[in-house]
Amino acid sequence: MVTNVTNLGRSGLYDWIVQRFSAVILAAYSLCILASFVMNPDMNFEQWSSIFENNAMRFFSIITLLALCAHAWIGMWTISTDYMTSLQLGSSATFFRIMFQAGCVLLIAVYLLWGIQIFWGN
Amino acid sequence: MTGMRTLSFDAVIVGGGGAGMRAALQLAQSGYNTAVITKVFPTRSHTVSAQGGITCAIASSDPNDDWRWHMYDTVKGSDYIGDQDAIEYMCSEGPQTVFELEHMGLPFSRTESGRIYQRPFGGQSKDFGKGGQAARTCAAADRTGHALLHTLYQGNLKNNTAFLNEWYATDMVKNQDGAIVGVIAICIETGETVFVKSKATVFATGGAGRIYASTTNALINTGDGVGMALRAGFPVQDIEMWQFHPTGIYGAGTLVTEGCRGEGGYLINKDGERFMERYAPNAKDLAGRDVVARSMVLEILEGRGCGENGDHVMLKLDHLGEEVLNSKLPGILELSRTFAHVDPIKDPIPVVPTCHYMMGGIPTNVNGQALTQDEKGNDQVIPGLFAVGEVACVSVHGANRLGGNSLLDLVVFGRAAGKHIEEMLSQGMEQREASATDIEQAQNRLSRLNESKSGESVSELRAELQDIMQNHFGVFRRGDFMQDGIKKLSALRERIANVHLEDKSQTFNTARIEALELENLFEVAEATAIAAEGRNESRGAHARDDFRERDDENWLCHSMYFPDDKRVGKRDVNFSPKTVDTMEPQVRSY
Amino acid sequence: MLVSIYRYNPDTDEKPIMQDVEVQLPEDKDLMVLDVLALAKQQDPSVVYRRSCREGVCGSDGMNINGNNGLACITPMSSVVKPGGKLVLRPLPGLPVIRDLVVDMSIFYKQYEKIKPYLINDTAPPAIERLQSPEDRAKLDGLYECILCACCSTNCPSFWWNPDKFIGPAGLLQAYRFLADTRDTADVERLAGLDDPFSVFRCRGIMNCVAVCPKGLNPTRAIGHIRSMLIQQGT
Repeated sequence: MVTNVTNLGRSGLYDWIVQRFSAVILAAYSLCILASFVMNPDMNFEQWSSIFENNAMRFFSIITLLALCAHAWIGMWTISTDYMTSLQLGSSATFFRIMFQAGCVLLIAVYLLWGIQIFWGN
Repeated sequence: MTGMRTLSFDAVIVGGGGAGMRAALQLAQSGYNTAVITKVFPTRSHTVSAQGGITCAIASSDPNDDWRWHMYDTVKGSDYIGDQDAIEYMCSEGPQTVFELEHMGLPFSRTESGRIYQRPFGGQSKDFGKGGQAARTCAAADRTGHALLHTLYQGNLKNNTAFLNEWYATDMVKNQDGAIVGVIAICIETGETVFVKSKATVFATGGAGRIYASTTNALINTGDGVGMALRAGFPVQDIEMWQFHPTGIYGAGTLVTEGCRGEGGYLINKDGERFMERYAPNAKDLAGRDVVARSMVLEILEGRGCGENGDHVMLKLDHLGEEVLNSKLPGILELSRTFAHVDPIKDPIPVVPTCHYMMGGIPTNVNGQALTQDEKGNDQVIPGLFAVGEVACVSVHGANRLGGNSLLDLVVFGRAAGKHIEEMLSQGMEQREASATDIEQAQNRLSRLNESKSGESVSELRAELQDIMQNHFGVFRRGDFMQDGIKKLSALRERIANVHLEDKSQTFNTARIEALELENLFEVAEATAIAAEGRNESRGAHARDDFRERDDENWLCHSMYFPDDKRVGKRDVNFSPKTVDTMEPQVRSY
Repeated sequence: MLVSIYRYNPDTDEKPIMQDVEVQLPEDKDLMVLDVLALAKQQDPSVVYRRSCREGVCGSDGMNINGNNGLACITPMSSVVKPGGKLVLRPLPGLPVIRDLVVDMSIFYKQYEKIKPYLINDTAPPAIERLQSPEDRAKLDGLYECILCACCSTNCPSFWWNPDKFIGPAGLLQAYRFLADTRDTADVERLAGLDDPFSVFRCRGIMNCVAVCPKGLNPTRAIGHIRSMLIQQGT
């Protein structure tokens, strides 16, 4: 069992399931949006924003946003632990990796807050 | 060399094959500080190539099977120079030993009732030869050796045995009392030479099939243990007895298991005739290996061989059907396709008798203790030295080994030696310290090699040695021809002593190892040659054109080759099993 | 025929080079790559490689042959070199080189040891063997045959990236060999040891392992089975 580099204490199985589950949500949401474009080929901004007046759609969007954040975090974390290791970068690897991961967390947090503001703000 | 590092252990096992790892396991389980010195990573040892199985009366295929029947077959197979106390021990302890392997996880093939699958092998019978063919060889498909070796390695990992992997033992260290107190070994990766000191030194270095040009043996089978023993002045027993396996793939030498014939395959000559029916009307293709190999050579000599040069015969398997071949002999399909370019499902495999197994070796008792003889010819235990497996001659195989008995030999006597050492260690076995001169002496050979400035190359000398053995000491032997071979060998001795090591670097220098191995090959070859020339009879694997009959009056005994004066002596065969009646010599027919 | 061999001896060389050796091959025979190496070593005894059984069962001579990992002893020349072509031999990728074609396999063996590669069953064994049906025994086929040659693991990008944390295809194949064995009773313990983000889950299904296994085994499928068992246990 590898314990010296952990993903915030979660198990590999948990990550694996979250990654697949969030992918399904993202796919479903993408299809939904795509379908609305196909059904309304000449959509204007009012029609577009009315879609998001619906609370169910807002809820779905928020769920998708959360899924996107989780998906991105696990993915970026994995990438950083594949490529930013002491084998490739030497002894400073841990520093670079933590910085990179901190950057990812910050960006994801910004997107999340910004998204919530768009959907639930005025 | 001053300042040489010393490593100390309770027991050191030289060789990481089946016998060595079984002995190591025994000792590690009881908590003794045990090390295995092995020149290759343990699972690369030659045990891995064993295919057909491990013969043992576990009463799976026949619920009435009896270890005494197995013993009868083994005694008969040995042409009556196998020691009956040792054979009795092996056959009676066998089932327990095999069950232990199964409990350790060995993935045996299974019968419908869930028991270990057993297949028929050559020389097996029921009811002391009167009940027809038996099926007594426990198998894991045709990869039994692989399964066994990996299981034993895994068992050793579980029990924290120390492994000195890719270390090569060069010579044993003998103290002033003539006791063995360890070995000099090279760490191949770094080139460092170390004195590995131990209270008990177990040789499990395997065979030396590489003395012949054509052999089923791995490239690492260079008789290192026999070489070291002979250099230390100890005798070897029955070293003239070399088994030629009937079915080595023609041209490549790779082994095709006897299990093929056990499953119903048979040999044919160029006329498509199943010729073994003529030579062994009852057992046919499942007669003793020596009998089958000789019959094949006779077919070839009499012009009924196959191929352009008529120099091989064919092993027919296609009639067994694809399903049986896939489930029972998958490894053979692979090997035939790779090395013979033949698909056994459709075509027969070209085969020829190929050097396979060294029945002789370092004489030992049932506890694995190495023996020598005093002036009066009495057995004498060599303190501190043990030998198990193919390098040992305990002797359960006598003049001819039965298929499937070698794996049993490895695990039964590896375990027995382990148990005996356990007992001795618990009673406080100690050897006197080796002096600086003792250690230096053991290093002579290495120092000479490291200082060599000119001479011939290892590969040329090795090829020459192998050709001499192949041509002069093959399946059929003749006095004048052997004397000729001995002369050629003695001319080779000096040239090999002057072999040139061009590459003197330290890191992973395999040229150095090969040069050291060549000297061991030579020691085995010369012992074989002189002992073969000395045994004036035909018995088991030793078949002479000039002495065609077995001579029980003069040669119902072991041969003992003494290296100091190159003399061939004799040693009594044991005819006193503990729990059964003596099995008297009879005419051996199949 | 020209043979290009990766040469590096730390005693004398600062860095590795590819050395071309001209080897005379017999015309009527399709030699194995190992035979060609032996001929090269005859000319220059300082060429270093591992070898033992020379029949593809011991796993010593795994190396990179014209770009693909394989066992030199069972790779015929005709299958890797086109007429007029060159044989190019390099050590297995991704592991430290000790000398020439010999790599340091300690980390590979360490990953194997991590999965507890031995049968665990704490119940007292019967007087005979433990029984197992042929069907249950068949579950071990395609698993127990592994020869630890490391061709698969050293062909796996995930193993290159995290050789100290990802068990690698060879080790995982053996992990499943014991999980699949009906005689083994330590499934829960074994799975618990594998449930971190690295040991199993770094497998991305690239299947490079399957492509090169000289014994025709399928580590990716075994890893899939382990994942299923982890999911079943986790839910």
